[in-house]
Amino acid sequence: MSILVNKDTRVLTQGITGATAQLHTRACKEYGTQMVGGVVPGKGGTSFEGIPIFNTVAEAKRATGANAVINYVPPAFSSDAVIEAIAEEMPLIICITENIPVLDMVKVKHYLKGSKSRLIGPNCPGIITPGECKIGIMPGYIHKPGRVGVVSRSGTLTYEAVYQLTQLGIGQSTCIGIGGDPIIGTSHTEAMALFNDDPATDAVIMIGEIGGTDEEEAADYVKHHFKKPVVAFIAGQTAPKGRRMGHAGAIISGGRGTAADKIAALEAAGIAVAMSPADLGSTMKRVLDGKSN
Amino acid sequence: MNIHEFQAKHILRSFGAAVPNGQPATTGDEAAMAFSALKVPKAVVKAQIHAGGRGKAGGVKLVSSPQEAKAFADGLLGKRLVTHQTGPEGRLVRRVYVEEASAVARELYLGMLVDRKAAAVSIIASTEGGMEIEEVAAKTPDRIVTETINPLIGLSPYLSRKIAFKLGLKDKQVNLFATLLSALYRAFIETDASLIEINPLVVTQDNRIVCLDAKMSFDDNGLIRHPDIRELRDPNEEDPGETEAAKYDLSYVHLDGNIGCMVNGAGLAMATMDIVKIYGAEPANFLDVGGGANTEKVAAAFRILLSDSRVKAVLINIFGGIMRCDVLAQGVVEAARQVKLSVPLVVRMEGTNVDKGKQILAESGIKVIAAADMADAARRVTQAIGVGA
Repeated sequence: MSILVNKDTRVLTQGITGATAQLHTRACKEYGTQMVGGVVPGKGGTSFEGIPIFNTVAEAKRATGANAVINYVPPAFSSDAVIEAIAEEMPLIICITENIPVLDMVKVKHYLKGSKSRLIGPNCPGIITPGECKIGIMPGYIHKPGRVGVVSRSGTLTYEAVYQLTQLGIGQSTCIGIGGDPIIGTSHTEAMALFNDDPATDAVIMIGEIGGTDEEEAADYVKHHFKKPVVAFIAGQTAPKGRRMGHAGAIISGGRGTAADKIAALEAAGIAVAMSPADLGSTMKRVLDGKSN
Repeated sequence: MNIHEFQAKHILRSFGAAVPNGQPATTGDEAAMAFSALKVPKAVVKAQIHAGGRGKAGGVKLVSSPQEAKAFADGLLGKRLVTHQTGPEGRLVRRVYVEEASAVARELYLGMLVDRKAAAVSIIASTEGGMEIEEVAAKTPDRIVTETINPLIGLSPYLSRKIAFKLGLKDKQVNLFATLLSALYRAFIETDASLIEINPLVVTQDNRIVCLDAKMSFDDNGLIRHPDIRELRDPNEEDPGETEAAKYDLSYVHLDGNIGCMVNGAGLAMATMDIVKIYGAEPANFLDVGGGANTEKVAAAFRILLSDSRVKAVLINIFGGIMRCDVLAQGVVEAARQVKLSVPLVVRMEGTNVDKGKQILAESGIKVIAAADMADAARRVTQAIGVGA
């Protein structure tokens, strides 16, 4: 078991004619993911390395039985592709695209409410259930099948956490990058709820960063509902106020969203917070060892 | 991206918002001419810098003649204005705005912003105009009204009226307020703004509702559809390193420390700054070279890092996913040759093609301190400048 994706997940690539989309569609296929189709308006009837391309999500879904899409569509048009996937009731939508205008995401987020779709991202590395299904741009080889979940707003920092876990022999159930934008489809709390219900996940690493209140809300959820050990890290302890640190969402504004506030909330919820990013894996190991003793 | 008050007012006026007449001026003589052109008995001369608190800092004055406008403008232009938002170094005043004076009966606060929690645009209004909204929120939160706009419906007139009544507006003021709010919302949506702040919004003695000050910020990701707004960028108000970095699509923020950091990915870049601090040093910057960095980008990043004279050592931390370590290593080697590296360089690489990357660095003849992992990198770079354990 795992959350959201497994060996049976059938994936469409939206924007499959772009160079980045092709590079990663190939890598996902090589990892073993069922990449069953592509969607590019006007390119229907052509194919990419044996993967058929369709004009619309509707046609592609009907022809391939896909139940997930990954979106690499350029920022100005990406939200339209997400809206198309929601309209066609695609169960899982993963949006890798970076730099989507935030007002586009405002519309998407409202359209998602009450829909049959879950959106991961945008501006995220995607999702992987090691050994079964990789839908995203993460390097597959650093992962190892196992029982620790990982959820993170950051891409490369997730790789860092996964790498440390794998080096220590700790495998992962599913790793989700939820994205670094201010408005995203799936929050830390929603991801934690999925891990809570997954019998194949024993513990979770949650990686947050400055800005917003997503981590505080997740801390509150963990305190009251989460049944498994959690290790957390918050990036941006040294970040100045009022400056956007790369991610559009990583900004301390109006005195809120500081690392100190988030760490205090996490610790108050009984979460083991690693103060150094070099200690993500070892903190999880300690927590797991302590539990089995 | 931020713009100046006079630019924000120009945009808001074009959407039908009530804004006083005014003209920008870059010299005292221009300020005098602007005063005369307004044909009003009194005008306000306001310093144009990207920072609030200009009034309290002496950057705003009521004047009654062209001579007075010129004298005040001459006193401001070319000087640094220090407000509570500029830091002690202040901001150089290069332009003033000369605007007709308004007879104020009441001062209100009006803000419109992207509210990440509600995932929508929210309106914040208060009866306490002219004060910092954070201060009002802390001291008298009951005087603040917040309403969220459903993006699929837009700004309904009832919502504007609801806010107007809560602000104590009455009679014809209510509809004037609703008209203004609808102009501001259209401006917000159609320019991909991230913030519009009118502080104060005033009710005049002749019962008009006017934007006395205006601040607008824009979503950088939205600028792609607004080349006209992108033109309003004022590089004088930005850090030169940050402007240079933007040309290469690098995400860079200048900080006060002396360890230059080059990292791929925003989260890992912040985490790298954090670990430098844990080991007793201070990062000189945030720098995310992104996923698709090539040799040219890496070289540009290197130049920007080293153009900061405070940088005493450089730490490169790359987790190659999309980015291949051999490409990075090649970029570092070329850049180090171009810029004649004179400070210690610590490199931590992991991920795709890491062995090839390490080999390229080892064979380059460049003095590179190789680090095994993040902690080791932080330890070595702090040791290199003689701090840390």
